[in-house]
Amino acid sequence: MMLLRLEDLTVRRGGVAVVSGVSAEVRAGEVIGLLGPNGAGKTSLLRAALGLLPHEGRASLALLAPGQRARAAAWLPQAREIAWGMPVEAVVRLGRLPHGAGGTAAVERALARMGLQELRGRAATALSGGEQARVLIARALAQEAPLLLADEPTAGLDPEAQIATMQVFVELAAAGGAVVASLHDLGLAARHCTRLWVLSKGRLVADGAPREVLTQELLAKVFHIRAHFADTPEGPVFQPLARLGS
Amino acid sequence: MKYRLLLSSLVLLVAALFLASLLLGASDLGPRASLAAFWSGEGAAGLVLREIRLPRALLGVLVGAALGLSGAAMQGFLRNPLAEPGLIGTSGAAALGAVIAIHTGAYAAFALALPLAALLGAGLAVALLLALAGREARALTLILAGIALSSLAGALTALALNLAPSPYAAAEIVFWMMGSLADRSMLHVALATPFIAIGAVVLLRQGRGLDALTLGEDAAASLGVSLPRLRLGVVVGTAALVGAATAVTGAVGFVGLVVPHLLRRAVGAAPSRLLPASALGGAAMLLAADIATRLVVPERDLKLGVLTALVGAPFFLRMIRQIGREGA
Repeated sequence: MMLLRLEDLTVRRGGVAVVSGVSAEVRAGEVIGLLGPNGAGKTSLLRAALGLLPHEGRASLALLAPGQRARAAAWLPQAREIAWGMPVEAVVRLGRLPHGAGGTAAVERALARMGLQELRGRAATALSGGEQARVLIARALAQEAPLLLADEPTAGLDPEAQIATMQVFVELAAAGGAVVASLHDLGLAARHCTRLWVLSKGRLVADGAPREVLTQELLAKVFHIRAHFADTPEGPVFQPLARLGS
Repeated sequence: MKYRLLLSSLVLLVAALFLASLLLGASDLGPRASLAAFWSGEGAAGLVLREIRLPRALLGVLVGAALGLSGAAMQGFLRNPLAEPGLIGTSGAAALGAVIAIHTGAYAAFALALPLAALLGAGLAVALLLALAGREARALTLILAGIALSSLAGALTALALNLAPSPYAAAEIVFWMMGSLADRSMLHVALATPFIAIGAVVLLRQGRGLDALTLGEDAAASLGVSLPRLRLGVVVGTAALVGAATAVTGAVGFVGLVVPHLLRRAVGAAPSRLLPASALGGAAMLLAADIATRLVVPERDLKLGVLTALVGAPFFLRMIRQIGREGA
């Protein structure tokens, strides 16, 4: 089932095309890693796909009415804002806003998935940065939309929480949903994503399975690094090694 | 449920203070005699109760609720515990309208000229604000436009004072600006009620949007909240409440700032829950402050706005220190 279709999506900011001519599709069951160096246009692409940024071309989600879109896709912004010291459970419950009343079961599922049951009564603003990040992921999960768009969801998380988060994404995909997550950790992307999109200067320069996409040529051209890639009994292992001289 | 209990206790508190406001005052009537006089409405005592104390107590509830509610909405919208309803410039503009009515002597000819001029000022200010801040949903533009309007209104108020036709008019303006609930009539109540009712309904409907805004503008928009509509609702609702409140009482500061802060933790910090609680809390605080003006120095006419500022300013300083310490 198709959850998102982008057709020739272009975003201009101050006259510069920060996303240009991106066409892609997201189907149920996929965990897509959106890769690219700083300034490649990852955040702009995700926001435009949701219709949160003015854009040219078409994004299927942007055509929906706001309430309908909120039930079709959840969005986890990079800025981790929790303005008020609400209890963790109440913050997670904000994900139920598009659905009206009820939804306690969904809130409980989201709390359990992110391992937050013990923190449920704590004021969210009193938690550490990593814990707040988990609360906000749980908020997006509680929305229980088929598609989750996440902007650097693993930034600032400890290794266990990073792996746990990626596993949650894999579970969502297995349950018939899909995730598009921008990531800087190419190792996490290689291990957990079913597909990778690579953005460079606003253009989608690669779209395919991790092993096909993460080649030495692409890494050199887009990321200016050299890396080690191996298939092990534990799955694919990817380790950036060194910068390439410019 | 804890929240229901809090709201019920606040309702009881407001009811008790309302009764106290009715029964306490300059005339030497005992509480029982006051109540009997209020019931019968006969004689001088009945007149005092029904024509002087009743409007005063009613305005205490209305204006206090307006200030508390708009303060909670403003703080929720700007995601800042130091925001207050005067920030968008409508209270300054309403005061300017009233001052012009005093300056020109229009209010001497027609009692309602003053509150009507104040409402006109508030209406013009909110129209200007929306024109200045455009359709863009940014909070910063709104604050800057509000500051510009406030300083303009302040400068024009100073000009009116500067050019006051007589020292009496100047004194009249100064006293009016201090804010008071004394000597208001049921006409004032009738004038303020529709604006406060409409403003309250508009703001109470923004609870969901303000809750979502806790996660930032982008996340709120992704949850289906229309930010331009939310902003319009908050600005128009606040303007109606603050404009009407200022029109009938003058400038009463700090209630809108302090009440939401006092109640935030008790309601679990969610803006949607803070809105009704702050309306009740504001009513309680204003009634209590108005009763205090009568009890502290009964022989002098202590102004309500002076009292709330005296109590509110040190509290505000404490809040700033607290926020500085938490680093939030």
